[in-house]
Amino acid sequence: MRMEKLRATGRFLRNSPKVSVFDRRLSSNSGKSIHSSASGYGNGFGKKCRDDVTRKWNVRTCFGLYGYQGKNFRDCMERGVLEDTRRRIQHRGFGSLPEKVQRNASFSTLNSDDISYFKGILGEKNVVEDEERLAIANTDWMHKYRGSSKLLLQPRSTEEVSQILKYCNSRNLAVVPQGGNTGLVGGSVPVFDEVVVNMSLMNNVISFDKVSGILVCEAGCILENLITFLDNQGFIMPLDLGAKGSCQIGGNVSTNAGGLRLVRYGSLHGTVLGLEVVLANGDVLDMLGTLRKDNTGYDLKHLFIGSEGSLGIVTKVSILTPPKLFSVNVAFLACQDYFSCQKLLVEAKRKLGEILSAFEFLDSHALDLVLNHLDGVRNPLPPTIHNFYVLIETTGSDETYDREKLEAFLVYAMEGGLISDGAIAQDINQASAFWYIREGVPEALMKAGAVYKYDLSLPVEKMYDLVDEMRTRLGDSANVVGYGHLGDGNLHLNVSTPQYDDKTLAQIEPFVYEWTSAHRGSISAEHGLGLMKANKIFYSKPTATVNLMASIKKMLDPKGILNPYKVLPHSIDSHS
Amino acid sequence: MKIMVAIKRVVDYAVKIRVKSDKSGVETQNVKMSMNPFCEIALEEALRIKESGLASEVVAVTMGMKQSVDTLRTGLAMGADRAIHVETSGQLYPLSVAKLLRALVELEKPGLLILGKQAIDDDCNQTGQMVAGLLNWPQGTFASKVVLDKEKQVVTVDREVDGGLETLCLDLPAVITTDLRLNQPRYATLPNIMKAKSKVIKKFTPQDLNVEIKSDIEEVQVTEPPKRKAGVIVSSVDELIDKLKNEARVI
Repeated sequence: MRMEKLRATGRFLRNSPKVSVFDRRLSSNSGKSIHSSASGYGNGFGKKCRDDVTRKWNVRTCFGLYGYQGKNFRDCMERGVLEDTRRRIQHRGFGSLPEKVQRNASFSTLNSDDISYFKGILGEKNVVEDEERLAIANTDWMHKYRGSSKLLLQPRSTEEVSQILKYCNSRNLAVVPQGGNTGLVGGSVPVFDEVVVNMSLMNNVISFDKVSGILVCEAGCILENLITFLDNQGFIMPLDLGAKGSCQIGGNVSTNAGGLRLVRYGSLHGTVLGLEVVLANGDVLDMLGTLRKDNTGYDLKHLFIGSEGSLGIVTKVSILTPPKLFSVNVAFLACQDYFSCQKLLVEAKRKLGEILSAFEFLDSHALDLVLNHLDGVRNPLPPTIHNFYVLIETTGSDETYDREKLEAFLVYAMEGGLISDGAIAQDINQASAFWYIREGVPEALMKAGAVYKYDLSLPVEKMYDLVDEMRTRLGDSANVVGYGHLGDGNLHLNVSTPQYDDKTLAQIEPFVYEWTSAHRGSISAEHGLGLMKANKIFYSKPTATVNLMASIKKMLDPKGILNPYKVLPHSIDSHS
Repeated sequence: MKIMVAIKRVVDYAVKIRVKSDKSGVETQNVKMSMNPFCEIALEEALRIKESGLASEVVAVTMGMKQSVDTLRTGLAMGADRAIHVETSGQLYPLSVAKLLRALVELEKPGLLILGKQAIDDDCNQTGQMVAGLLNWPQGTFASKVVLDKEKQVVTVDREVDGGLETLCLDLPAVITTDLRLNQPRYATLPNIMKAKSKVIKKFTPQDLNVEIKSDIEEVQVTEPPKRKAGVIVSSVDELIDKLKNEARVI
């Protein structure tokens, strides 16, 4: 689902609240694991979080307290979460077992000289210590993670980013790169008082070549703005996600965002042609090539794509954009069993071939949730119980040809018993309605109560077995829902319960991770590791590779100031 | 009783339209085209009447160039029984369409002619009214509710008008044009799409129907509306008054 493909975007936010410096000194004396207090915010919630410090949950997992009146998806999600937390007495993180995170004592704390220095480089306006703005920068999109940074910096150029990092490196100040802050694994917000470096002001398009379709832009460009810009030129971005209105291209690159179009255009590792990255010590690494082919030496940019801001801050991106094709068709199909869905995928790839642009699936539980919890949604198919639904999209340049091809394929699939029913969208509104069903699943899940989210890559034939097993394991206590990018082998497993409780969590984890690991799958297909899965990497990667990753991290960021506590396991000592 | 539904192929509602650089019209090359939304509603209503047993057949009709057949196929996939395509070339204005429809009505003799209230490309809102005039049939336009009484051979239509809702009772045969709130059109499902392949699309030309396509209207120029100017923040009341007086000239 597009929404699910939000990546922890690299975001640097620097916060320096005056109060918590004091708190921190007091707390650090006690030597306990620290919960950065919700500085001044959160009223009762904040206080409770502080009280909970020494109890079970050491990683900050308090929920935000803002009242939102907006009507977009994001606001609905936030409201959904808020309503749930108000029902509850204690704060609990959900989705991952408590990990003991200690603030790294080798990091310095901010002082007034630091602030003056930053103001000298960036000017008064772009050094933010305002509590409200900090609160927003400190909290992730799902309100699951809350940092206590006291300083937010907004550089406008690569030079400024370089100066910031050089200084922070010399001062041992930890830094969190931040873009649109739409990630789902807590990778874009501080854990403690890291300085946030937010890239939003670096939002210029540098150049666009109409012949080759190569776009060069700064990392803070919002994806939707790039899509609109390219639309006028007759091109599209090779990736598309539900978060496009907020997420930034630098973050997408840093988290190797998947997105809807992966099955057609491939991943960012293929479409990104070059990067400009600032390393931890302030060095600017210019790998901003615009060449399609360049086999001169090791291709370093791939290290940074997907590194979630832990190896360097992406400042510029050069990306290959495909031409915009106007003939789009969407079909919503019903299958009796998972095996048919798989066969349908194989046949679709063969028969639709070059025009296939998306292949998503959802099970009947997911559809029921959407129909029950979302407004303005109706079942495209006559109301019969089907077990699985598949959404297929084709994009091509000839309307008639594509239509015939799609219809021929669907007739073939129907006659072969692969699908039991289906509908083809007759205009763009109907197509959007079909997509809304698929994209509305996370929102519906949030409205239904508590949700435990998992984003897994599994061999296609095994994907649904996990859902069945979880259903058996949890029985009537939970609603297990499966949906995702069948075309990419990516399952979004969600467990919906009325409330959060540890018992359910214990039934889910680590079983899900172990199962995935046993089938050589990935415990994080596209969301990344961030903070949430920082210690889970061993389920999907052998020790030797993780050790090499740690060596690379140590080499590029010896002091470990870039996005600490995330991506790699805490057990690996990646800084001196 | 037969129901005839007139449908039109237009630029898709959700497409961002652009004006051609020579200002001769709107860009329609490489742009998604689909059935006019109001025509979809008209067809949906006809299908519902047929499904309730009050009509025996729904015939979808369109006029236009060769590609208009695509829209007919959609109509057939939704459930229409037959289709008719009057192939024309060049610009078609409502009066010509109305004359063609009259000729077809005299051929097919339906009990009801349902159209969308207007097309989203020209927003004319004229065809239904004109054809009713030409046929001398009663008309119920902007229908938000349609109830057919077969025995009495009347149809009761609720019309959406400026002041609210007006209810008319029309003797059959009648012309109805549909408004947005009448119904929500169905999706074209696969079994129907498959059946549609064997349904008949009959072709006519204006000459076959003895209609001369001519128009007294000539489209001179098509331009985009002027871009909205950015707002200006004024620094004082005096400046505001000055601007209102001298620039905007409203006081």
